[in-house]
Amino acid sequence: MKRLVILGAGTAGTMVANRLARELEFEDWRITVVDSDRVHYYQPGFLLIPFGLYERRHVVRPKRDYLPRRVETLFGTVHHIDPERNKVYLEDGRGLAYDYLIIATGSHIHPEETPGLAEDGWNRSIFTFYDLEGSLALARKLRAWEGGRLVLNVAEMPIKCPVAPLEFLFLADWYFHQRGIRDRVELVYATPLPGAFTKPKASEMLGGLLAEKGIQVVPEFNVMEVDPDGRRLISYDDQVVEYDLLVSVPVHMGSEAIERSGMGDELNFVPTERHTLKAKHHDNIFVLGDATDLPASKAGSVAHFQVDVFVPNFKRYVEGLELLPTFDGHANCFIESGFGKGLLIDFNYDVEPLPGMYPLPGLGPMPLLRESRVNHWGKLLFRWIYWNILLKGKELPLPAQMSLAGKWTHGGGHHG
Amino acid sequence: MSTAELQAKLNVALDPEGFLVDPEDWTPEIAEVLAQEEGIQLTERHWQVIRFVRDYYREHGEPPTLRAITKRSGVPTKELYQLFPKGPAKKVARIAGLGKPKGCI
Ligand SMILES: Cc1cc2nc3c(=O)[nH]c(=O)nc-3n(C[C@H](O)[C@H](O)[C@H](O)COP(=O)(O)OP(=O)(O)OC[C@H]3O[C@@H](n4cnc5c(N)ncnc54)[C@H](O)[C@@H]3O)c2cc1C
Repeated sequence: MKRLVILGAGTAGTMVANRLARELEFEDWRITVVDSDRVHYYQPGFLLIPFGLYERRHVVRPKRDYLPRRVETLFGTVHHIDPERNKVYLEDGRGLAYDYLIIATGSHIHPEETPGLAEDGWNRSIFTFYDLEGSLALARKLRAWEGGRLVLNVAEMPIKCPVAPLEFLFLADWYFHQRGIRDRVELVYATPLPGAFTKPKASEMLGGLLAEKGIQVVPEFNVMEVDPDGRRLISYDDQVVEYDLLVSVPVHMGSEAIERSGMGDELNFVPTERHTLKAKHHDNIFVLGDATDLPASKAGSVAHFQVDVFVPNFKRYVEGLELLPTFDGHANCFIESGFGKGLLIDFNYDVEPLPGMYPLPGLGPMPLLRESRVNHWGKLLFRWIYWNILLKGKELPLPAQMSLAGKWTHGGGHHG
Repeated sequence: MSTAELQAKLNVALDPEGFLVDPEDWTPEIAEVLAQEEGIQLTERHWQVIRFVRDYYREHGEPPTLRAITKRSGVPTKELYQLFPKGPAKKVARIAGLGKPKGCI
C-alpha cells in the first residue's frame, strides 16, 4: 500500500484529491488530505463582496462536501514536514508518514509585514479585500462612504490574481457612478509595477482603460510604511501618497509550515521545477497552486491547468517513468471592467496576453484583451463552474496547455 | 551613453536594455563603469550587495528579488534604496553583470 499525503484542501488540493481518488487504484493507494480550516472559500468572490454583488453565503462551503469519500480527511494544522524521514507533523502532535507528498498550502496575506498597516487604522480607514472578513468589513465601509481619495496599494509582488487590484478599481468606478458620487471620489492605484500589469501588451491595454475611467496610476511605488494617523503611505524612496480610504493588497507569503520545514524561499514559497511541478530538492514531493515559487500567476486557473498536467505525469512517475515537461505556465483570467463588461486574458511563461478570440467549446468564442458583455457573464458563470465542475475534478473542455489559436500574434491579423 | 557606445567602451555584449548578455563577461571594472553611468559612486557597502547578488546568481541561476537581498545580505531595504536609487533590485543586477530580474507575473 502506498501512502499519498496532500497538504491543503483549497483550490489545488481539492481538485487533485478528486482526480487522484478516481485515477489511482483503490487497493494500492491510501490518500490523506490535511487542512486546518473546515471551510472552503471561493476567493475570486471576495472581489465582488465590497460592492454588494456577493455576500458571505456565495463564497463559503464546507470542505468536506467537496472531498471524495475514499480520501481520508484530517482537520488540523501542519506544523512541519520532515522531508528526510518522509513524515509530516501536525500541531497537535500527530505524525503522518508518506511515500509521496503534494504541497498545496497556498499563499496568505501578511499585513503585519508593513509597519502601520494593521494597526490603528485597520478596518477603519484601511481595508483589504484579500480575505473574507476584510472584504465584508470593506462592504460595510463603502455603503456609508461619502467620497474622498481612495487609494489602492499593492505592497509587494507576487500577489494572488494580479489583475484583481485593477478589477477592484474598475468596479469601484462603476459602483460610485451608480451611487451618484463618482465626482466626489478620487481613485488612485499605487503599485510597485512599472505600469498597470506585469506583461507589456496587457499593461498598455489595461493602462488605457484606467486612464479612460479617470483612475490615476502611481507606478514603481514600493511602500515602506503606512502612517495611519496622517493617512499617508510612505515609500522606500520617500514618495508620499495621501489617502482618505486605503485598500491594501498586503504582502503574500506561503505557509508558515513551509518555513518551519526549512523548505521555502524568503516568502516561504517552495522552489519548484518549472515544467514538472516536482519540488526542486526532493524527488517524492510535488507542489501545486500558489505554494510554488514559479514565475506563473498565483491563480485558480493556473492551479487547474497544473492539476490537468500533473495527474497523468504523476501516474507515469510512480510506474518508474520519467516526468514529462508538460506544464507551460498557462493562466487565463476574466477581468471585470465594470458596467457589466469584462475582458479575458490568456497567457503562459513565454507568451504574453494577446488580443484575439478564445475558442471556448460550448460557450463560443470569447474576445481576448477587449471589453465585452460575454466576458462579464463568463466571470459570473465561473462561480458555478468552480463549485460544480472544477473542485470536483471533472473535465472542463479547456486544453491545459496554452494554444495560439485565435490569438492575433502581430499587428492585428488573425493567426492559426 | 547609448548602449552601442557603452558596448564599445566595455568591450562586452549588452542586451537592448543595457544588461550584460553573459554574466561571465563581468569584471569589477565593468561594474564601476555601469555604476558611474547610473550616477552611483561605488562604496564598500555597494560592493557588499554586489558580491551577495553575484553569489546568489551562482547558486540559483537567476538574480535575487529585492526581498531576497534584504533578507540575506544584511543591508536593509531603506538603505538599498539609498545605495541604488529607483529600483534597487534591477540596478544592482545590471551593475553586477546579471540579466534583468524577471519581475513578477
Ligand atoms: C480577491 C481574490 C480574487 C481572486 N480572483 C481570481 C480569479 O478571478 N481567477 C483565478 O483563477 N484566481 C483568482 N484568485 C486566486 C485563487 O483563489 C488562488 O490562486 C487559488 O485559490 C490557489 O489555490 P491553492 O490551492 O494554491 O491555495 P488555497 O485555495 O488558498 O488553499 C490553501 C489551503 O491550504 C490550507 N493550509 C495552509 N497552511 C496550512 C497548514 N499549515 N496546515 C493545514 N492547512 C493549511 C489552507 O487552509 C487552505 O485551505 C483570487 C484570489 C483572491 C484573494
